[in-house]
Amino acid sequence: MTTGLFLLILLLVAAIAPFLRKYLKHQAGWIYALWPFAGFLYYLSLLPVIQQGEILIESYEWIPVLGLSFTFYVDGLSVLFSLLVLGIGTFILVYAGYYMRPYPMKGRFLGYLLLFMTAMQGIVVSGNLITMFVFWELTSISSYLLIGYYHEKPEARASALQALLITGFGGLALLGGFVLLAIPYDSYELTTLLSDGDVIKNHYLYIPALILILIGAFTKSAQFPFHFWLPGAMTAPSPVSAYLHSATMVKAGVFLLARLNPVLGGTEVWSYSLTIVGVTTMFVGAWLSVTQVDLKRILAYTTVSALGTLVLLIGTGTEYAINAAIVFLLVHALYKGTLFMMAGNIEKKTGTRDIRYLGGLFKYMPFAAIIMILALVSMAGVPPMLGFLGKELIYEASVAAPKAHLFILTLGFLTNVILVFLSLRLAIDIFWGKEPVYDKKPQEPSLSLILGPFLMVLASFVLGLLPSAMAGPLTSKAITAISPLHDAIILKLWHGFNIVLALSVLTLLSGYLVFRYRHQLLPAIDRFNIRYFRREFTRVFFSMIDAFLVFTKLKTRALQHGYHRFYLMTLFVVASVMVWVMIWRADPIILELNFSDMPINLIAVVVLIIAATLSAVVSNSRVVALICMGVIGFGITIIFIAYSGVDLAITMIMVETLMIILAMAVVYHLPKYQNFSSTGARMRDALVATLVGTFFMVLVLQAGTSTLDAPISAYYKEASYSLAFGRNIVNVILVDFRALDTLGEITVISIAALGIYAMIKLTKKTN
Amino acid sequence: MILVLPIILPLLIMVVLIFTRRWLFFQQAFSILASVVLMWVGFLILMDVQQNGIKAVQPGSWDAPFGITLVADLFSAIMMVTASFVAVVVMIFSPGFIDKERQTAGYYPLVFGLLMGVNGAFFTGDLFNLYVWYEVMLTSSFVLIALGGSAEQLRGSIKYVTINFVASIFFVSAIGILYGQAGTLNMADLADKMRSWDEHTYVNSALMLFFIAFSVKSALVPFFFWLPASYHTPPVAITALFAGTLTKVGVYTMFRFYSLFVVYDQMFWTLFILTLAGLTMFIGVLMAASQFDIRKILSFHIISQVGYMIMGLGIFTVSGIAGAIYFTIHNMLSKTNTFLAGGLVYQRSGSYDLKYLGGLYKAKPLLALLFFIPAMSLAGIPPLPGFFGKFFLIKGGFEAQQYFITAVAILTGLFTLFSMVKIWNEAYWKKEPEDVKSRGKVHPATIMATSLLALAVILLGIFVGPVMELSMQAGEQIVNPQMYISAVLGK
Repeated sequence: MTTGLFLLILLLVAAIAPFLRKYLKHQAGWIYALWPFAGFLYYLSLLPVIQQGEILIESYEWIPVLGLSFTFYVDGLSVLFSLLVLGIGTFILVYAGYYMRPYPMKGRFLGYLLLFMTAMQGIVVSGNLITMFVFWELTSISSYLLIGYYHEKPEARASALQALLITGFGGLALLGGFVLLAIPYDSYELTTLLSDGDVIKNHYLYIPALILILIGAFTKSAQFPFHFWLPGAMTAPSPVSAYLHSATMVKAGVFLLARLNPVLGGTEVWSYSLTIVGVTTMFVGAWLSVTQVDLKRILAYTTVSALGTLVLLIGTGTEYAINAAIVFLLVHALYKGTLFMMAGNIEKKTGTRDIRYLGGLFKYMPFAAIIMILALVSMAGVPPMLGFLGKELIYEASVAAPKAHLFILTLGFLTNVILVFLSLRLAIDIFWGKEPVYDKKPQEPSLSLILGPFLMVLASFVLGLLPSAMAGPLTSKAITAISPLHDAIILKLWHGFNIVLALSVLTLLSGYLVFRYRHQLLPAIDRFNIRYFRREFTRVFFSMIDAFLVFTKLKTRALQHGYHRFYLMTLFVVASVMVWVMIWRADPIILELNFSDMPINLIAVVVLIIAATLSAVVSNSRVVALICMGVIGFGITIIFIAYSGVDLAITMIMVETLMIILAMAVVYHLPKYQNFSSTGARMRDALVATLVGTFFMVLVLQAGTSTLDAPISAYYKEASYSLAFGRNIVNVILVDFRALDTLGEITVISIAALGIYAMIKLTKKTN
Repeated sequence: MILVLPIILPLLIMVVLIFTRRWLFFQQAFSILASVVLMWVGFLILMDVQQNGIKAVQPGSWDAPFGITLVADLFSAIMMVTASFVAVVVMIFSPGFIDKERQTAGYYPLVFGLLMGVNGAFFTGDLFNLYVWYEVMLTSSFVLIALGGSAEQLRGSIKYVTINFVASIFFVSAIGILYGQAGTLNMADLADKMRSWDEHTYVNSALMLFFIAFSVKSALVPFFFWLPASYHTPPVAITALFAGTLTKVGVYTMFRFYSLFVVYDQMFWTLFILTLAGLTMFIGVLMAASQFDIRKILSFHIISQVGYMIMGLGIFTVSGIAGAIYFTIHNMLSKTNTFLAGGLVYQRSGSYDLKYLGGLYKAKPLLALLFFIPAMSLAGIPPLPGFFGKFFLIKGGFEAQQYFITAVAILTGLFTLFSMVKIWNEAYWKKEPEDVKSRGKVHPATIMATSLLALAVILLGIFVGPVMELSMQAGEQIVNPQMYISAVLGK
C-alpha cells in the first residue's frame, strides 16, 4: 500500500459514509473504523523502516506547467502523527457511532469525521507546501461543519463561524507565507526546503514569510490572542471535541512549526516569537480554566495551555525541549482524548457537563471512573503515567532554556500547579463529591463508548512504565526530523534527586494546597477575572464583526445610494479627471487652429448650433429645449452636406426628424415641468459638463491635428469601384468592406423590435 | 471559415426562435440543442488554435486592415467555450424556472442575440466591429432585464442601460479619435503602427477613454453602479447568464486592449490597473458583506471578483495572466452556479431574503450541497478551482513583487469567505422561520442544470493541471502581442 492510495480510499469511505449509514445501522462506527485502523497498522509496520532513517516519498503529477506535484513525505514525525491521527481516529469512530445514536443526520456526521481524518492525515504526510495547504484548509472546513453540527442553535452557528473565520484568516496568511517561502527556492517541495534552510534565512523575504506562516500556525493551534475560538468550539458534539479540538487538528499548527523548524527555525525572531506566544498561551489557558464550570470548557482551556507549552518547547529548540515537545505531544493526545470522550460519557449518562451538578459518580460507574482518574493522573504529571515523563522533560527543558529561563520556569510551574489542582478537583468532585439528584440512575457506559478511553489510558500507562523500550522507537526519528542535530534522550522514570524532582514534588504539593483551599481561592480568582478580564475575547470578536457590518452598510449606502443622477455624475467626474490626467501626462502637442479657410456660411451654422445648445440648457420649457435640439441636429446635417457627406446627411435628417417627433409625443404625457435643482446644484452640473466637454474638445482637436499614419480610406476610394463595383463609397463600405458591422447593427434593430414586442405583449397580459 | 460560425450560428438560431416563439417545447429543446452545438463549435476552434496557433480570417475577403478581421487566439477560444457552456446550463435550467409568458415572449431568441454579441466581441479584430458587438450585447441584455415589465425590473433596466450607454459613447468617441490619429480600425494594424511610431503619448488619452468604457462594462470601482442596481431584478436564470458572460466580456476586452495598445507609459498603466483592481476587490466584497438578499450578495461579489481578474492583468507576467485566465474560467462557472443554487432556494422557499429562509440543510441536503460546492469554490477553499485561481494570482503577484495588491487580494479572500458562510448559516443552517414564504417544489430540470455546473466546477479543480497549461499558453500569447499582430497582418 502507499500513502496516496490509503488517503484516496479514506476519502471514498468518507464520501459514501452518509449513504451507507442507513444500511449499516448502529454498526456503522465499527465498520467505518476498519479502514483507519488498517492505516494505523500500516504506519506501525513502517516504524522499523523509518527507524533506519529512511524517508518514504511519493510524488504524483499535478500541475506540471508550474512544476507542482502532489507529494507525500513520510518520516519519523509523519509516522508519529499518523499513528495518533489514525489510532485515535479509530477509537473516535467507534465511539461516535454509538454516541450519536439519538441524533439526526448521523450519516453526515460520520462522513464529516472521515473527511476530517483524511485531511488531517494528509497534512502530516504532505511532502509539498501546496499539498499540505490543500489538506490544511480541508481540516478548517470539516471542523466548521462539525462544530456547527447542532446547526439550529444560534450559538453553534456562531462558534462555527468564529472558528472558521479565525482559522480561515490564518489559512490565507499561511498561503501567502508559503508562496513567499517558495520564491527563493523556486520549489514547494519539502525535500528542497529541508535540504538548505539558509537560503530563506538569508533572503529578504524571510521575515514576511515567517510572520505569515506563524499567523497560520498560531490561529490553527489556538495560540494567544487567537485562542478563544477553541473553547467556543465546544458546542460541537463530544467526539468532535475529543478528536479535532484536542487530539489532532489543533496540533496541526504545532506540526507545521515542527516540520518547518529546520527551514525557518533557529533564528532570534523565531525563538522569541514562539517563546513569547507559547508561554503566554500556556499560562493564560491554564489560568482561564480555573474558574470554568463546564467540564468541556475546562478541558478546552487546558488544551489551549498544552498547545502553548508545545509552541514554547519548539521555540526553545534545545535537545531537551524538542524531546519534551514530542513526548508531551503524545502524552497530551492520549490523556486529553480520553478526558473528552469521558466528558461525553458523563454528559450522556447524567444529562449535564456542569461540574457543580456532578458528584458521587464512582459508585455508579467505577470502571469508567478509574479510566478517567488515570487520565487525570497523567494530566497532573504523576508517576507512573506517561504524563510524569512529559512534565519532567518540560521542567528540565525550562531549567536549561537559553533565554529567560526563570520567567518560563515560573509560569510553567504555575501552569502545572493549576493542572494538578484541576486533576484533583475533577477526580474528587465528580466521582466522590456531593451527589445531586439525577433524573435517572447513571450507568456504566457501554463498550463502544469506553473502549477508546480504556486503550488510550492503557497506552499511557505502558509507555510510562517502559519508556525507553516503547516510547523511544516511536519518538526518536520524530525528534531528528524536527531538529537534525539533536537525538532522542533515553527516557527514564527515575532521574535521581535533582532540582527537577524537587520542582515536581513542589508542584504536586502546591496543587494539593490550592485544591484544599479552593473554596476560599476560587471566588477571589473569579472576582479578579471579572475585574480585569471582563471583556471576553469572543464577545470582542463578535462586536468587531457587528461593527464591521455597520461600517459596510454605511459604506454601501454611501456608494450604492440609488440616486441615478449621482451614479452618472460619478462616472462623468471620474472619467474626465482620468482623461485630464492623461492629457496632462502626455507630451504637449501643438494644436494648429486655422479658421481662415472656413466659409462664412458654415461659421454662421456653427454659431447657430452653439446658440441653440445654450438656449436648450437654460430653457424652462421642454418644447423649446427639444426644438433647440432639433436645430443642433439639422445644423450638423448642414455641416455634413458642406463636406459632401450626402449619405450621412440623409440619414441624419431622418433620425433627427423621427427623434423630435417621438420626443414631442412623449412630452405630451409627462408631468408639468418644474425646476427642482438649486442654483448650487446647477453650477455643479455646469462644472461637470464643462470638464467633460472640454476634454472631448481637446481630444478631437488633437485627432484633427495629428495624423500619424495614412488612413485606410484612401484604399476604399481606390477599390470601391475597381474591386467592389460600387460608385458610392459609403454604400460599398456599409455593404461590402464592413458588411459585418451592418449585420450587427441590423441585429441590434431586430432585437430592439423584439424587445418592444415582448414588452407590449407581456404588459398586456399582466394588466 | 469556422470562425464565422460563433457569430452567424446564433443569428440563425435567433431567427428560427423568433418565428417559432409560440411553440414552447420546441423553443426549449431547440435552445438546449443549439447551445450545445455552439459549445462544440467553440471546442473545435479551441483545438484548432491550440494545434495551429492564432487564426485570423477575413470574412469579406478584403485583406486586413481594409476589411473586418476575425481572430481567434487561445484566450478568446477559452472564453467562448466557457461562455457557451454557461449558456447550455442556463438553457437547461430555464424551462424549469422562467414563467411560460416570458418563455414565449422572446426569451430564447434574446439569449442567442446576447450570445451573438458575446462571441462577436471575443473574436473580432476590429475596433468598430467590437463596438457593434457591444451594442448587440447591450440591447439584448437590456431587453432581458426588462422582460416581464415589473416596476422593479424597469427601474433596474433604466439604470443599467443609461450608465452602459454613457460607456458606449466614450467607446465610440475613442474609436473616432483614434481613427483620426492613426487612420486604421484594425486592431492588429493599430498595434503594429503604435510600435513603429516614436513615443506619441497623447494617444494614451484616447486609450483612457477605452479603458473607462470597459471599466464600466466590467463593473470596476468606481463605475460599477449599474450592476447592483439591476442584477437582482430579472428572474435569476437571466442574472446567472449575465454573471457568466457580460462583465467577463468587458474583462476580456481589457486584456486584449492592454496587450495590444498599452505601449507608451507602461508604468502609469500598471499603477492605474492595479489601483482599480485593489479598489474593486476590496470595496466589492465589503458591500457584499452588508447585504441580506442572496442575489444582492452575489451581485456585489461579481464586482469584487472582477477585481482579481484585473489584478492578473496589472501584473502582466505570463503566470499572472494565466492565473487571471484560470480565475476567469472558474468565476464564470462558480458564480453562475451560485446564482442557480439561489434559484433553487427561491423555488423551494419563495424568497431570496435571508430573513425568510432557513432549514434547507436539514430538509434539502442536495440543495445545500449544490450551493456549498460553488460557494466554497468562490471562497477559495481547496481543492475547488477558486483556490487555484487565488493561489496562481497570489503567486504571480508576489513573484512580480507586487506586494501591496497581493496583500489586498489575500485579505479580500477572508471577507469572501465571510459572506459565503453568511448565506450558508442563514439560508441552510438556521431553523426554518415561522413566516417562511412558501414551500414550493423544485423543478428537476433546474436541479439537473445546477448539478451539471457543480460537476464542472469540481472537474475544473481536479483537472487544474491541463487547464493551467492551456492558460499558460494563452497568457504567453497575451504577453507577446507580436504573435497576434503577425497572425493578422501576415508579417
